[in-house]
Amino acid sequence: MVFKHKDILGLQNLTAEEIELLLNTADSMKEISKREIKKVPTLRGKTVVNLFFEPSTRTRTSFEIAAKRLSADTLNISASTSAVQKGETLSDTARNIEAMKPDIIVMRHAISGAHHYLAKRVSYSVVNAGDGQHEHPSQGLLDMMTMREKLGTLEGLKVAIVGDITHSRVARSNIYGLTKMGAKVFLAGPPTLIPPGVERLGNVAVCGRMRDAVEDADVVMMLRIQLERQGKALLPTMREYSRYFGLSEDVVKLAKPGVLVMHPGPMNRGVEICSDVADGPNSVILEQVENGVAVRMSMLYHVSGGGPTE
Amino acid sequence: MDILIKGGRVIDPAQELDGKLDILVADGRIAGIGKKLTAGKGIEVIDARGMIVTPGLIDMHVHLRDPGLEYKEDIVTGTRAAAAGGFTSVACMPNTKPVNDSKAVTGYIIAKAAAEGAVNVFPVGAVTQGSKGEHLAEMGDLKEAGCVAVSDDGRPVTNPELMRRALEYAKGMGILFISHAEDLGLAGDGQMNDGFTATELGLKGIPWVAEDAATARDVFLAEFTDSPIHIAHVSTKGAVRIIREAKARGVKVTCETAPHYFTLTENAVRGYDTNAKMNPPLRTAEDVEAIKAGLADGTIDAIATDHAPHHLDEKDLEFALALNGIIGLETSLPLSLALVEAKVLDLDALVARMSTNPARILGIDRGTLAQGAVADITVIDPDARWTVEAEKLASRSKNSPFLGREMKGRTTYTIVGGKVVYKAG
Repeated sequence: MVFKHKDILGLQNLTAEEIELLLNTADSMKEISKREIKKVPTLRGKTVVNLFFEPSTRTRTSFEIAAKRLSADTLNISASTSAVQKGETLSDTARNIEAMKPDIIVMRHAISGAHHYLAKRVSYSVVNAGDGQHEHPSQGLLDMMTMREKLGTLEGLKVAIVGDITHSRVARSNIYGLTKMGAKVFLAGPPTLIPPGVERLGNVAVCGRMRDAVEDADVVMMLRIQLERQGKALLPTMREYSRYFGLSEDVVKLAKPGVLVMHPGPMNRGVEICSDVADGPNSVILEQVENGVAVRMSMLYHVSGGGPTE
Repeated sequence: MDILIKGGRVIDPAQELDGKLDILVADGRIAGIGKKLTAGKGIEVIDARGMIVTPGLIDMHVHLRDPGLEYKEDIVTGTRAAAAGGFTSVACMPNTKPVNDSKAVTGYIIAKAAAEGAVNVFPVGAVTQGSKGEHLAEMGDLKEAGCVAVSDDGRPVTNPELMRRALEYAKGMGILFISHAEDLGLAGDGQMNDGFTATELGLKGIPWVAEDAATARDVFLAEFTDSPIHIAHVSTKGAVRIIREAKARGVKVTCETAPHYFTLTENAVRGYDTNAKMNPPLRTAEDVEAIKAGLADGTIDAIATDHAPHHLDEKDLEFALALNGIIGLETSLPLSLALVEAKVLDLDALVARMSTNPARILGIDRGTLAQGAVADITVIDPDARWTVEAEKLASRSKNSPFLGREMKGRTTYTIVGGKVVYKAG
């Protein structure tokens, strides 16, 4: 099977077969990072631009490492150093970069749909590294890769996602991806942070209490709670949030034995997740990060047209 | 030159008239209306067989952007767009630069429209100075200068006490209050209708309750102060219900909706189309049905476009950054005629909502073809098919969600004060 999309804007518009292809390729890419010489010539001569309009360490670094391991030339542009600060529009920024003939742009942007806007206007490939509250496909893929690796399959899994669903692009990408791969998603969070109609996005159930979502779950994914959103009258205090929606060892016990505890990072230790759990035997948080590189190698490989790997 | 319009189906709800009649126009007024009128020498004859002849259409809610924002539109281009859409009169909102909160700005608009405008322009003044929601504007002065209403369009008065006083003061000055009913706190920085589609697109939602709660407040304040109030651009099922109930108990409330609210749903936003971004936002199919029901039962008195021109640079952006609003003058008539085709309204009721009622609500001597009335007339070909194309629009801005859409029905002649200002070519 050949991946025929120019861009990867989200998991919503990919088929189960395409997701499986990306995951299978990621599985084989993972081995490259374990070699002594961590490099293959697959994308030699290609230019990958990381265009980040929001601060990010993990995702940007991961994409950069992924591109370098495939021998692409990479450069990073962040909003603080770019012409955006001087009032340039996204369209102008994108076209100026286009004039320098890149092959792939990896972009993060605070506005939902910014990638859709860009992809329609440029000839190079656009890979979404997170758009507003919309999608974060590489995170969804690396989460699924980790689940599949540890549990053998995604089919029939019960995945709990807990926290601020409204503002979460991670939740949306996971909902789309997991639904397509046959898993069921159980959401829990304060009612102020559950968006309307979210159960219609996929195979989704909304639970009033965290314990209902976590009970017998194969995976518990905690989302970062944005402390800065408190001013918007969505939460009384972090203390109360933590009491009702924080993941403690007691709550973990409600899930299946061997449950995977995940977090897309960065974590607020002691708020949405206790350190005991984050660093405990069920935590696969660092495996997620490791798989992130493999997944991103797979994404870059497929949008650039595939072809032989080593 | 005098004009004889022959053989059209003349519809004038003000006279309860609907029949195949001729209309004679002389000296800028309706000189005769009847069967088989004959043309004298030197009279221009318009063959209106197969056409519908109505009192000139009136759009009581447009933004002409003049003074100050002429790069979007001005009085010349805006009134040409109106003429091309079959409108002989428009009421223009005060959110210009500077805000129309003074006799000076009103006077400028009226003078420029008289000298260079294609159609009648009736200015709407601001409710508060600079539309800042702090001090009442000089409504007496505005009325004397020629304003037909005051409005807080786009910047609703949040303070309920000020709103109460503004209604009382406007009533005392005998000027209509047009309310942009939106609770800004509930609307927040929302970008589209709140609900499933917003969740899916990851866009911040504007809930229907932002409109319903503000409509309810304003209707109650109008009831309390016994003042007339006109609610602009109604888009929700709940607002229609609130207004219907208020009318039933005798509140002096009227309202309008815009063609996009009975034509499109929030689905138009998919793909992040910024030409589907406006305020109030496009709502659900259920709301669209409620708007149609409100038009059908007379709860909604008028169809107005909220014609809101914006430059391409203000629309060709990421969704959150694009400005709210779409142009509407040149697509309103066919979109409204579609309601007749769909049997939501009969033609008579449609003409009432696009001419008779807006004239009555604004208190202007227009909206009828009665003998002696100013000869503002629209001749419509209900069967003409055409496609909306940016380069053919008269408006300076092209921000329409209907670009590329096939339309049925268009104006063939727009006549203002006895002069043909637009002829389909």
